[in-house]
Amino acid sequence: MTYTLGIDLGSTYTKALILSDDSRIAGKAMAHTGFKLAEISRKLFDQALDQAGLSDADIAYVVATGFGRHMVPFSNVAVTDLTASARGTAFLFPNTRTVLDVGGQTMKASRLDETAKVRSFRLNDKCAAGTGAFIEKTARYMGYSTEEIGPLVATSKVAVPISGVCAVFAESEVINQLSMGAPPADIMHGAISSLVDRSVQLMKRVQMEPEYTLIGGILRFGTMARVVREKLNAEVNVPEGDMVQFTTALGAAILGHQRLRKLTETGVEVSRVATAVAG
Amino acid sequence: MAYAAGVDVGSTQTKAVIIDEAGEIVGRALIDTGANVIAAAENAFAQALTAGRLDEREVEYVIGTGYGRYRVTFGNTQVTEISCHGRGAVQMFPQTRTVVDMGGQDTKAIRVNAIGEIVDFCMNDKCAAGTGRFLGAASAALDIPLDELGEVALRAERAVKISTTCTVFAESEVLSWLGKGKKIEDILLGVHQSIAARSIGLLRRVGIEPEVTFTGGVARNIGMVAALNKGMNLKVNVSADSHFMGALGAALFALDHIRASREPATLHEVAPL
Repeated sequence: MTYTLGIDLGSTYTKALILSDDSRIAGKAMAHTGFKLAEISRKLFDQALDQAGLSDADIAYVVATGFGRHMVPFSNVAVTDLTASARGTAFLFPNTRTVLDVGGQTMKASRLDETAKVRSFRLNDKCAAGTGAFIEKTARYMGYSTEEIGPLVATSKVAVPISGVCAVFAESEVINQLSMGAPPADIMHGAISSLVDRSVQLMKRVQMEPEYTLIGGILRFGTMARVVREKLNAEVNVPEGDMVQFTTALGAAILGHQRLRKLTETGVEVSRVATAVAG
Repeated sequence: MAYAAGVDVGSTQTKAVIIDEAGEIVGRALIDTGANVIAAAENAFAQALTAGRLDEREVEYVIGTGYGRYRVTFGNTQVTEISCHGRGAVQMFPQTRTVVDMGGQDTKAIRVNAIGEIVDFCMNDKCAAGTGRFLGAASAALDIPLDELGEVALRAERAVKISTTCTVFAESEVLSWLGKGKKIEDILLGVHQSIAARSIGLLRRVGIEPEVTFTGGVARNIGMVAALNKGMNLKVNVSADSHFMGALGAALFALDHIRASREPATLHEVAPL
């Protein structure tokens, strides 16, 4: 059995996933990225190995992705997160033509062709109002932690309009709404709704086509997918459970297997450990 | 003796100024706005009265300004903070033609004429980048009190270039530079330069005509004064009362009102045709 590791260093979370050549997820691990990128990637690699019951030598190829992809000391290759997420999404939902990826500090929309190649993409990484940070800040202004967002918003039926132009200005808006008696759940719902408005704009700019697949950390809040469905008036695919966060790492691991096969076919000997030492 | 007052309810702090008939400040107060905007306005006014040893009845006219100006429930009327900052700046520095006002959540570039009337203005209303909040984020990330940031930045040897626009992301960028071993003072100088650059961008849109007067709470930050001076290659006017400029402008408008009400009505006013 051959195994590859996909490691996705996101702006907020780092995700590591080990995949076998028969497409079985052998182990995965996730933690806050923090600022020591080499350290966190090593730590999550070890955790994923532990879970898989494998050792370092069992991993034939490592593909790093995400904003910190060049900081992984033991990777064979680095690929962009757009390429990796396209691959992971197409593996989970083969008919995907549009991917929306909402992370902690970025929002990306991309359009794929039948072979899961990225045809066009648009991203926002300049303004927190279009990212998970907006949702987290809104929660924080009301005294809720990130973990409490899901259960809180699940109780809301109506969204309080939140303008969503700036994550900083949202504070005054939230305080005003609270002082007028708006329930925190409905304010949170409003914040998610305004984030979805921005997502839909971004998806329009890549000329979105069905099927739509939503990935990224923010999709762990079920309300996000529900509101996207309402606004698009169409079905959307969402990976199950924590796979919304691991889709890009999965794609990286799949790319690892593809690359490994190609190299083996052409007779190139792949030595990951040697690469790691040289790197 | 009649007195006039201005109460400037800002997003972060509320300022009250009381002036006498000569336009001299006789009482002032500065408090955090907090969640209860109405109470903040009342408290600031009460503290300014105490500071000036005055009774509320001695203050003939009160004008509210700032984002919470309609919550100054005891005020006689409201004037926008743009007009008030222009008026206050020209009162303090008569040669002022351009005002840069940096507050907790917004930055404004204002061009005024010789009598302090607004010719043009421009402000950030969509995004908190380039405002005092950017400093707040740096202060939180580095655990340095807000009023010491400027001093620390002035000790820098080489500025670290801050590339993020968004205030929310700036906090993580500051931490990431710290993680890469950059010196705190160099990071802070970068933060100040980044805010100054955005503000100068706003100022260019109204036209930078000397003299330039720097008002608002951030004007107390010597690092920001230095960054603006360097960025525009001139020396901005800064008053020790820079954060009271809006309230002072409001008080001056209130004084105008008192004076106008005492002048005998003109024929035109008595018998409009």
